[in-house]
Amino acid sequence: MAVESGHVTSIIVEASEYPDLVRKYQVSGVPKTVVNETVDILGARPEEDFVRTAVGDANPPSAT
Amino acid sequence: MAILSASDAARVREMLADLPNPVRLVFFTQTLNCETCEPTKQILGEVAGLSGQITVEEHNFLLDKDAAARYGIDRVPAIAVVGAQDHGIRFLGIPSGYEFMSLIDAIKLVSAGDSGLGEASRALLAGVESPLALQVFVTPT
Repeated sequence: MAVESGHVTSIIVEASEYPDLVRKYQVSGVPKTVVNETVDILGARPEEDFVRTAVGDANPPSAT
Repeated sequence: MAILSASDAARVREMLADLPNPVRLVFFTQTLNCETCEPTKQILGEVAGLSGQITVEEHNFLLDKDAAARYGIDRVPAIAVVGAQDHGIRFLGIPSGYEFMSLIDAIKLVSAGDSGLGEASRALLAGVESPLALQVFVTPT
């Protein structure tokens, strides 16, 4: 995703080395992806499902 | 003694055989209070030894604050995987186990400059117009 879009950055965190981050983001299982500090995506998902969930956070549907 | 077994090294060499463009592994380390920095350095050195397209650029996290700031690094060990451009791909912690294969995949993607994503995913990402910061938590096993 980060290669595809200049707006996307991706940090892969080895959870056991950083208990402070694990606490901060309440990581109880892996893989867990935190999007823009807020949205959690738990477990492995099919690619398009994952992208759709992650992108949804950056581009919330405008209220009509 | 090598961290990668001979058979793993052979497999990784094969995976990295067709890298089209150079990749820099910008590695941030420190000598004290970092148990995993030295083994991380060794792993990166072994990976770089398997492809002429991969180089390791080492920075002392405590001394080279400018580089750390430039790459957005705030802890060690940390690796920025950088190709013709910096796509913002970072690894925090030792890249072993699951994270090791993620590192190899990242090297391949960055070298190719192509995400390999499906058309639907590409279309979704084409619509992203604000920063999207992903933090993926993994464990070594």
